[in-house]
Amino acid sequence: MALNKEEIAKRIAQEVQNNYFVNLGIGIPTLVANYIPKGIDVEFQSENGVLGMGPFPFEGEEDADVINAGKQTITALPGASFFDSGMSFGMIRGQHVDLTILGAMEVAENGDIANWKIPGKMVKGMGGAMDLVASADNIIVAMMHVNKAGESKILKKCSLPLTGVGCVKKVVTELAVLEITPKGFKLVERAPGVSVAHIVASTEADLLIEGDIPEMVID
Amino acid sequence: MINKKVNSVQEALQGIQDGMTLMLGGFGLCGIPENAISELVKKEVSNLTCISNNAGVDDFGLGLLLQKKQIKKMISSYVGENAEFERQMLSGELDVELIPQGTLAERCRAAQAGIPAFFTPAGFGTEVAEGKEYREFNGKMHLLEHAFKADFSIVKAWKGDTAGNLIFKGTARNFNPCMAGSAKITIAEVEELVEAGTLDPSHIHIPGIFVQRIFQGEKFEKRIEQRTVRQK
Repeated sequence: MALNKEEIAKRIAQEVQNNYFVNLGIGIPTLVANYIPKGIDVEFQSENGVLGMGPFPFEGEEDADVINAGKQTITALPGASFFDSGMSFGMIRGQHVDLTILGAMEVAENGDIANWKIPGKMVKGMGGAMDLVASADNIIVAMMHVNKAGESKILKKCSLPLTGVGCVKKVVTELAVLEITPKGFKLVERAPGVSVAHIVASTEADLLIEGDIPEMVID
Repeated sequence: MINKKVNSVQEALQGIQDGMTLMLGGFGLCGIPENAISELVKKEVSNLTCISNNAGVDDFGLGLLLQKKQIKKMISSYVGENAEFERQMLSGELDVELIPQGTLAERCRAAQAGIPAFFTPAGFGTEVAEGKEYREFNGKMHLLEHAFKADFSIVKAWKGDTAGNLIFKGTARNFNPCMAGSAKITIAEVEELVEAGTLDPSHIHIPGIFVQRIFQGEKFEKRIEQRTVRQK
Protein backbone atom coordinates (compact mmCIF):
# COMPACT_ATOMS: atom_id res chain seq x y z
CA MET A 1 0.00 0.00 0.00
CA ALA A 2 1.28 3.42 -0.92
CA LEU A 3 1.57 5.76 2.06
CA ASN A 4 -0.81 8.63 2.69
CA LYS A 5 0.50 12.10 3.48
CA GLU A 6 0.40 11.54 7.25
CA GLU A 7 2.44 8.36 6.86
CA ILE A 8 5.02 10.14 4.71
CA ALA A 9 5.29 12.74 7.50
CA LYS A 10 5.64 9.95 10.11
CA ARG A 11 8.49 8.37 8.17
CA ILE A 12 10.29 11.69 7.81
CA ALA A 13 9.84 12.39 11.52
CA GLN A 14 12.15 9.41 12.15
CA GLU A 15 14.96 11.42 10.52
CA VAL A 16 14.74 14.19 13.11
CA GLN A 17 17.44 13.88 15.76
CA ASN A 18 17.66 15.18 19.28
CA ASN A 19 18.47 18.92 19.63
CA TYR A 20 17.82 19.68 15.96
CA PHE A 21 16.64 23.05 14.73
CA VAL A 22 14.25 22.25 11.89
CA ASN A 23 12.63 24.33 9.17
CA LEU A 24 9.42 22.85 7.76
CA GLY A 25 8.00 23.85 4.40
CA ILE A 26 4.33 24.12 3.53
CA GLY A 27 2.25 20.97 2.88
CA ILE A 28 3.37 17.49 3.98
CA PRO A 29 6.45 18.91 5.79
CA THR A 30 4.20 20.87 8.17
CA LEU A 31 2.66 17.56 9.29
CA VAL A 32 6.06 16.26 10.43
CA ALA A 33 5.75 18.37 13.59
CA ASN A 34 2.88 16.13 14.72
CA TYR A 35 4.99 12.94 14.69
CA ILE A 36 8.30 13.79 16.37
CA PRO A 37 9.19 10.71 18.47
CA LYS A 38 8.96 10.99 22.26
CA GLY A 39 12.23 11.94 23.93
CA ILE A 40 13.43 13.94 20.93
CA ASP A 41 13.80 17.67 21.63
CA VAL A 42 13.51 19.88 18.57
CA GLU A 43 12.80 23.52 17.86
CA PHE A 44 10.98 24.56 14.75
CA GLN A 45 12.09 27.64 12.85
CA SER A 46 9.70 29.47 10.60
CA GLU A 47 11.48 31.82 8.23
CA ASN A 48 9.09 34.72 8.75
CA GLY A 49 10.77 35.17 12.12
CA VAL A 50 10.10 32.68 14.90
CA LEU A 51 12.17 29.98 16.56
CA GLY A 52 10.36 27.67 18.97
CA MET A 53 7.11 27.56 17.03
CA GLY A 54 4.31 25.72 18.83
CA PRO A 55 0.96 24.24 17.81
CA PHE A 56 -2.05 26.20 16.54
CA PRO A 57 -3.67 28.39 19.22
CA PHE A 58 -6.86 27.40 20.98
CA GLU A 59 -9.96 28.90 19.42
CA GLY A 60 -10.33 32.52 20.53
CA GLU A 61 -6.62 32.86 21.32
CA GLU A 62 -5.43 33.59 17.77
CA ASP A 63 -3.05 36.53 17.48
CA ALA A 64 -2.79 38.23 14.07
CA ASP A 65 0.80 39.13 14.98
CA VAL A 66 1.92 35.53 15.54
CA ILE A 67 1.92 33.46 12.35
CA ASN A 68 4.13 30.96 10.53
CA ALA A 69 5.53 31.17 7.00
CA GLY A 70 2.31 29.62 5.69
CA LYS A 71 0.46 32.64 7.18
CA GLN A 72 -1.31 30.35 9.67
CA THR A 73 -1.91 31.49 13.23
CA ILE A 74 0.46 29.66 15.59
CA THR A 75 1.76 29.82 19.15
CA ALA A 76 5.23 30.31 20.56
CA LEU A 77 6.54 27.69 23.02
CA PRO A 78 8.49 28.50 26.21
CA GLY A 79 11.98 29.52 25.10
CA ALA A 80 10.79 30.84 21.74
CA SER A 81 12.09 34.01 20.12
CA PHE A 82 10.97 36.41 17.40
CA PHE A 83 13.34 38.17 15.01
CA ASP A 84 13.43 40.01 11.71
CA SER A 85 13.69 38.48 8.23
CA GLY A 86 17.33 39.46 7.84
CA MET A 87 18.32 37.58 10.98
CA SER A 88 16.04 34.69 10.07
CA PHE A 89 17.85 34.11 6.79
CA GLY A 90 21.13 34.64 8.59
CA MET A 91 20.21 31.56 10.63
CA ILE A 92 19.44 29.69 7.42
CA ARG A 93 22.39 30.76 5.26
CA GLY A 94 24.70 30.54 8.27
CA GLN A 95 23.72 26.84 8.60
CA HIS A 96 22.46 27.20 12.15
CA VAL A 97 19.34 25.29 11.11
CA ASP A 98 20.12 21.56 11.13
CA LEU A 99 17.42 20.14 8.89
CA THR A 100 15.19 21.50 6.13
CA ILE A 101 12.14 19.51 5.04
CA LEU A 102 10.32 20.77 1.99
CA GLY A 103 8.01 19.74 -0.81
CA ALA A 104 8.90 19.53 -4.50
CA MET A 105 7.36 19.25 -7.93
CA GLU A 106 10.43 17.47 -9.30
CA VAL A 107 13.73 16.10 -8.00
CA ALA A 108 16.59 14.95 -10.23
CA GLU A 109 19.20 12.25 -9.69
CA ASN A 110 21.95 14.87 -9.19
CA GLY A 111 20.03 16.47 -6.31
CA ASP A 112 18.44 19.32 -8.30
CA ILE A 113 15.02 20.42 -7.09
CA ALA A 114 12.18 22.33 -8.77
CA ASN A 115 9.28 23.57 -6.68
CA TRP A 116 8.43 27.20 -7.43
CA LYS A 117 7.20 27.76 -10.95
CA ILE A 118 5.33 26.19 -13.85
CA PRO A 119 6.02 28.57 -16.74
CA GLY A 120 2.87 30.18 -18.12
CA LYS A 121 0.65 28.42 -15.58
CA MET A 122 1.61 28.87 -11.99
CA VAL A 123 3.91 31.57 -10.71
CA LYS A 124 3.69 31.92 -6.98
CA GLY A 125 7.31 32.65 -6.26
CA MET A 126 10.12 30.87 -4.46
CA GLY A 127 9.58 32.45 -1.05
CA GLY A 128 12.44 31.25 1.15
CA ALA A 129 12.97 27.96 -0.68
CA MET A 130 15.98 29.07 -2.74
CA ASP A 131 17.79 30.38 0.33
CA LEU A 132 16.98 27.19 2.24
CA VAL A 133 18.11 24.72 -0.41
CA ALA A 134 21.24 26.69 -1.30
CA SER A 135 22.34 26.83 2.33
CA ALA A 136 21.24 23.73 4.21
CA ASP A 137 23.50 20.70 4.42
CA ASN A 138 20.66 18.40 5.30
CA ILE A 139 17.62 18.61 3.03
CA ILE A 140 14.83 16.04 2.91
CA VAL A 141 12.14 16.31 0.27
CA ALA A 142 8.61 15.14 1.02
CA MET A 143 6.67 14.58 -2.18
CA MET A 144 4.39 12.32 -4.16
CA HIS A 145 6.29 9.95 -6.44
CA VAL A 146 4.06 10.60 -9.45
CA ASN A 147 1.94 13.61 -10.47
CA LYS A 148 -1.81 13.61 -11.04
CA ALA A 149 -1.27 12.49 -14.63
CA GLY A 150 0.66 9.46 -13.35
CA GLU A 151 4.04 10.78 -14.50
CA SER A 152 7.15 10.31 -12.39
CA LYS A 153 8.44 13.33 -10.46
CA ILE A 154 11.70 11.49 -9.73
CA LEU A 155 13.69 12.31 -12.83
CA LYS A 156 17.02 12.05 -14.60
CA LYS A 157 16.80 15.81 -15.13
CA CYS A 158 14.27 18.39 -13.91
CA SER A 159 12.05 19.87 -16.63
CA LEU A 160 10.73 22.80 -14.54
CA PRO A 161 12.72 25.91 -13.53
CA LEU A 162 15.10 24.95 -10.73
CA THR A 163 14.94 26.07 -7.12
CA GLY A 164 18.42 24.79 -6.35
CA VAL A 165 21.17 22.64 -7.82
CA GLY A 166 22.69 19.47 -6.39
CA CYS A 167 21.26 20.03 -2.93
CA VAL A 168 18.73 17.30 -2.07
CA LYS A 169 20.07 14.39 0.01
CA LYS A 170 16.98 12.29 0.62
CA VAL A 171 13.47 11.94 -0.77
CA VAL A 172 10.50 10.32 0.95
CA THR A 173 7.47 9.56 -1.21
CA GLU A 174 4.31 7.48 -0.88
CA LEU A 175 6.26 4.59 -2.43
CA ALA A 176 9.85 4.78 -1.28
CA VAL A 177 12.74 6.34 0.59
CA LEU A 178 15.47 7.37 -1.84
CA GLU A 179 18.95 8.63 -1.11
CA ILE A 180 20.84 10.75 -3.59
CA THR A 181 24.35 9.42 -4.08
CA PRO A 182 27.10 10.49 -6.50
CA LYS A 183 25.76 7.69 -8.74
CA GLY A 184 22.15 8.84 -8.57
CA PHE A 185 19.06 7.72 -6.68
CA LYS A 186 19.53 4.77 -4.36
CA LEU A 187 16.43 2.89 -3.25
CA VAL A 188 16.78 2.34 0.51
CA GLU A 189 13.25 1.54 1.68
CA ARG A 190 9.90 0.72 0.13
CA ALA A 191 6.41 1.40 1.42
CA PRO A 192 4.82 -1.64 3.13
CA GLY A 193 3.49 -4.00 0.49
CA VAL A 194 4.88 -2.00 -2.45
CA SER A 195 7.18 -4.04 -4.69
CA VAL A 196 10.54 -2.92 -6.01
CA ALA A 197 9.19 -3.53 -9.52
CA HIS A 198 6.32 -1.11 -8.88
CA ILE A 199 8.75 1.57 -7.66
CA VAL A 200 11.02 1.06 -10.66
CA ALA A 201 8.02 1.31 -13.00
CA SER A 202 6.93 4.56 -11.28
CA THR A 203 10.35 6.19 -11.54
CA GLU A 204 11.76 7.85 -14.64
CA ALA A 205 15.28 8.04 -13.20
CA ASP A 206 17.44 4.96 -12.83
CA LEU A 207 17.54 3.46 -9.34
CA LEU A 208 20.47 1.82 -7.62
CA ILE A 209 19.09 -1.30 -5.98
CA GLU A 210 21.41 -3.33 -3.80
CA GLY A 211 20.22 -6.54 -2.15
CA ASP A 212 16.85 -6.83 -0.45
CA ILE A 213 15.10 -3.53 0.04
CA PRO A 214 13.45 -3.39 3.48
CA GLU A 215 9.96 -2.08 4.09
CA MET A 216 9.54 1.23 5.93
CA VAL A 217 8.53 0.85 9.54
CA ILE A 218 5.63 3.15 10.32
CA ASP A 219 3.62 2.80 13.51
CA MET B 1 15.56 65.01 20.95
CA ILE B 2 14.68 65.37 17.29
CA ASN B 3 10.91 65.13 16.97
CA LYS B 4 9.79 62.82 14.15
CA LYS B 5 6.08 62.86 14.95
CA VAL B 6 3.61 63.87 12.27
CA ASN B 7 -0.08 64.24 13.04
CA SER B 8 -1.68 62.37 10.20
CA VAL B 9 -1.09 59.71 7.61
CA GLN B 10 -1.56 62.42 4.94
CA GLU B 11 1.33 64.41 6.37
CA ALA B 12 3.42 61.25 6.74
CA LEU B 13 3.06 60.36 3.05
CA GLN B 14 3.83 63.83 1.71
CA GLY B 15 6.17 63.76 -1.25
CA ILE B 16 5.24 60.30 -2.52
CA GLN B 17 4.72 60.75 -6.26
CA ASP B 18 3.91 58.80 -9.40
CA GLY B 19 6.72 56.55 -10.56
CA MET B 20 8.51 56.28 -7.23
CA THR B 21 9.96 53.14 -5.64
CA LEU B 22 8.51 52.19 -2.25
CA MET B 23 9.53 49.57 0.28
CA LEU B 24 6.66 48.22 2.36
CA GLY B 25 7.11 46.01 5.42
CA GLY B 26 5.05 42.96 6.28
CA PHE B 27 4.84 39.21 5.70
CA GLY B 28 1.52 38.25 4.18
CA LEU B 29 -0.92 40.56 5.94
CA CYS B 30 1.08 40.42 9.17
CA GLY B 31 2.84 43.66 10.11
CA ILE B 32 1.81 45.64 7.04
CA PRO B 33 1.40 49.44 7.22
CA GLU B 34 -2.33 49.22 6.55
CA ASN B 35 -3.18 52.87 7.23
CA ALA B 36 -0.48 54.08 4.84
CA ILE B 37 -1.62 51.64 2.15
CA SER B 38 -5.22 52.93 2.41
CA GLU B 39 -3.92 56.48 2.06
CA LEU B 40 -1.81 55.56 -1.00
CA VAL B 41 -5.04 54.31 -2.60
CA LYS B 42 -6.75 57.65 -1.78
CA LYS B 43 -3.78 59.66 -3.05
CA GLU B 44 -4.12 57.85 -6.39
CA VAL B 45 -0.35 57.79 -6.92
CA SER B 46 0.44 55.46 -9.78
CA ASN B 47 3.24 53.73 -11.68
CA LEU B 48 4.72 52.67 -8.37
CA THR B 49 7.47 50.10 -7.97
CA CYS B 50 6.80 48.26 -4.71
CA ILE B 51 9.36 46.19 -2.85
CA SER B 52 7.46 43.94 -0.45
CA ASN B 53 7.71 40.24 0.38
CA ASN B 54 4.11 39.59 -0.72
CA ALA B 55 1.42 41.42 -2.63
CA GLY B 56 -1.44 41.21 -0.15
CA VAL B 57 -4.72 39.48 -0.93
CA ASP B 58 -7.30 40.64 -3.47
CA ASP B 59 -9.07 43.07 -1.11
CA PHE B 60 -6.48 43.92 1.54
CA GLY B 61 -2.89 45.05 1.84
CA LEU B 62 -1.10 45.78 -1.43
CA GLY B 63 -3.96 44.03 -3.23
CA LEU B 64 -5.85 47.33 -2.82
CA LEU B 65 -3.20 49.15 -4.87
CA LEU B 66 -3.15 46.36 -7.45
CA GLN B 67 -6.92 46.58 -7.86
CA LYS B 68 -6.58 50.26 -8.77
CA LYS B 69 -3.66 49.45 -11.09
CA GLN B 70 -1.39 51.83 -9.16
CA ILE B 71 1.53 49.40 -9.20
CA LYS B 72 3.74 49.15 -12.29
CA LYS B 73 6.24 46.71 -10.84
CA MET B 74 6.39 44.39 -7.83
CA ILE B 75 9.59 43.03 -6.32
CA SER B 76 8.58 40.14 -4.04
CA SER B 77 9.45 36.59 -3.05
CA TYR B 78 5.99 35.01 -2.91
CA VAL B 79 2.74 36.18 -4.45
CA GLY B 80 0.59 33.06 -4.28
CA GLU B 81 -2.27 34.51 -2.28
CA ASN B 82 -3.47 37.08 -4.76
CA ALA B 83 -5.52 36.04 -7.80
CA GLU B 84 -5.64 39.56 -9.26
CA PHE B 85 -1.86 39.72 -9.00
CA GLU B 86 -1.44 36.44 -10.85
CA ARG B 87 -3.88 37.63 -13.55
CA GLN B 88 -2.04 40.96 -14.08
CA MET B 89 1.32 39.20 -14.10
CA LEU B 90 0.38 36.45 -16.57
CA SER B 91 -1.31 39.01 -18.88
CA GLY B 92 1.80 41.20 -18.80
CA GLU B 93 0.06 44.27 -17.27
CA LEU B 94 2.28 44.04 -14.21
CA ASP B 95 6.05 43.76 -14.22
CA VAL B 96 7.19 41.30 -11.56
CA GLU B 97 10.62 40.48 -10.20
CA LEU B 98 10.55 37.42 -7.97
CA ILE B 99 13.61 37.02 -5.77
CA PRO B 100 14.55 34.68 -2.92
CA GLN B 101 13.17 35.81 0.41
CA GLY B 102 16.53 35.92 2.18
CA THR B 103 18.00 37.90 -0.71
CA LEU B 104 15.08 40.32 -0.49
CA ALA B 105 15.71 40.84 3.23
CA GLU B 106 19.46 41.23 2.73
CA ARG B 107 19.07 43.71 -0.15
CA CYS B 108 17.00 45.85 2.24
CA ARG B 109 19.47 45.44 5.06
CA ALA B 110 22.42 46.22 2.77
CA ALA B 111 20.74 49.48 1.77
CA GLN B 112 20.21 50.31 5.44
CA ALA B 113 23.80 49.49 6.34
CA GLY B 114 25.61 51.16 3.43
CA ILE B 115 26.76 47.93 1.83
CA PRO B 116 26.36 48.30 -1.96
CA ALA B 117 26.39 44.58 -2.78
CA PHE B 118 26.97 41.16 -1.27
CA PHE B 119 27.37 37.50 -2.24
CA THR B 120 24.76 34.87 -1.40
CA PRO B 121 24.41 31.22 -2.42
CA ALA B 122 20.63 31.55 -2.92
CA GLY B 123 19.54 31.14 -6.52
CA PHE B 124 22.80 29.94 -8.00
CA GLY B 125 22.09 27.70 -10.99
CA THR B 126 18.49 28.96 -11.30
CA GLU B 127 16.86 31.63 -13.46
CA VAL B 128 17.43 34.09 -10.60
CA ALA B 129 21.14 33.92 -11.48
CA GLU B 130 20.69 35.00 -15.11
CA GLY B 131 22.95 37.94 -15.96
CA LYS B 132 24.44 38.13 -12.47
CA GLU B 133 28.08 38.00 -11.46
CA TYR B 134 29.03 34.89 -9.51
CA ARG B 135 32.04 33.75 -7.57
CA GLU B 136 33.23 30.75 -5.60
CA PHE B 137 33.86 31.02 -1.87
CA ASN B 138 34.86 27.99 0.25
CA GLY B 139 34.08 25.63 -2.61
CA LYS B 140 30.55 26.93 -3.13
CA MET B 141 29.10 29.25 -5.78
CA HIS B 142 27.55 32.58 -4.81
CA LEU B 143 25.68 35.33 -6.67
CA LEU B 144 26.41 39.03 -6.41
CA GLU B 145 23.27 40.85 -5.30
CA HIS B 146 22.88 44.61 -4.92
CA ALA B 147 21.37 46.82 -2.23
CA PHE B 148 17.96 48.24 -3.11
CA LYS B 149 17.54 51.90 -3.94
CA ALA B 150 14.15 53.23 -2.91
CA ASP B 151 12.53 56.64 -2.45
CA PHE B 152 10.38 55.82 0.56
CA SER B 153 10.28 52.98 3.04
CA ILE B 154 7.00 52.46 4.90
CA VAL B 155 7.26 50.24 7.96
CA LYS B 156 4.80 49.20 10.64
CA ALA B 157 5.68 48.80 14.31
CA TRP B 158 3.77 48.01 17.49
CA LYS B 159 5.03 50.90 19.59
CA GLY B 160 7.06 53.93 18.72
CA ASP B 161 8.09 57.18 20.32
CA THR B 162 8.38 60.74 19.07
CA ALA B 163 12.12 60.22 18.54
CA GLY B 164 11.27 57.54 15.95
CA ASN B 165 12.37 54.56 18.07
CA LEU B 166 10.45 51.39 17.22
CA ILE B 167 9.40 48.19 18.98
CA PHE B 168 7.81 45.31 17.09
CA LYS B 169 5.54 42.53 18.27
CA GLY B 170 5.66 38.82 17.43
CA THR B 171 6.17 37.87 13.79
CA ALA B 172 4.80 41.28 12.73
CA ARG B 173 8.46 42.26 12.93
CA ASN B 174 9.50 40.40 9.73
CA PHE B 175 10.84 42.77 7.03
CA ASN B 176 10.05 45.99 8.91
CA PRO B 177 13.38 46.36 10.77
CA CYS B 178 15.31 45.55 7.56
CA MET B 179 13.48 48.28 5.66
CA ALA B 180 13.81 51.05 8.26
CA GLY B 181 16.45 53.44 7.01
CA SER B 182 16.77 51.57 3.71
CA ALA B 183 15.23 54.32 1.55
CA LYS B 184 15.76 58.08 1.28
CA ILE B 185 12.88 58.65 3.69
CA THR B 186 11.44 56.14 6.16
CA ILE B 187 7.90 56.48 7.43
CA ALA B 188 6.86 54.47 10.48
CA GLU B 189 3.23 53.65 11.19
CA VAL B 190 2.68 52.53 14.78
CA GLU B 191 -0.21 51.22 16.85
CA GLU B 192 0.82 53.30 19.83
CA LEU B 193 2.89 56.47 19.70
CA VAL B 194 4.35 57.66 23.02
CA GLU B 195 6.55 60.54 24.14
CA ALA B 196 10.30 60.04 23.86
CA GLY B 197 11.62 58.78 27.18
CA THR B 198 8.67 56.49 27.82
CA LEU B 199 10.18 53.40 26.21
CA ASP B 200 13.12 51.65 27.85
CA PRO B 201 16.15 52.31 25.56
CA SER B 202 17.22 48.69 26.07
CA HIS B 203 13.97 47.46 24.52
CA ILE B 204 14.20 49.43 21.27
CA HIS B 205 14.45 47.22 18.17
CA ILE B 206 15.09 50.04 15.68
CA PRO B 207 16.75 53.29 16.76
CA GLY B 208 15.06 56.52 15.69
CA ILE B 209 17.95 57.53 13.43
CA PHE B 210 16.50 55.18 10.79
CA VAL B 211 13.07 56.85 10.87
CA GLN B 212 12.24 60.32 9.49
CA ARG B 213 8.47 60.44 10.13
CA ILE B 214 6.30 58.56 12.63
CA PHE B 215 2.54 58.55 13.08
CA GLN B 216 -0.06 56.60 14.98
CA GLY B 217 -2.42 54.69 12.70
CA GLU B 218 -6.08 55.57 13.10
CA LYS B 219 -7.29 51.98 13.16
CA PHE B 220 -5.81 48.54 12.61
CA GLU B 221 -7.87 45.72 11.17
CA LYS B 222 -4.95 43.25 11.40
CA ARG B 223 -6.69 40.75 9.19
CA ILE B 224 -5.70 37.09 9.65
CA GLU B 225 -4.94 35.31 6.39
CA GLN B 226 -5.13 31.67 7.59
CA ARG B 227 -6.99 31.33 10.85
CA THR B 228 -5.85 27.95 12.21
CA VAL B 229 -6.87 26.78 15.68
CA ARG B 230 -7.05 23.60 17.75
CA GLN B 231 -9.87 22.48 20.00
CA LYS B 232 -9.55 22.74 23.77
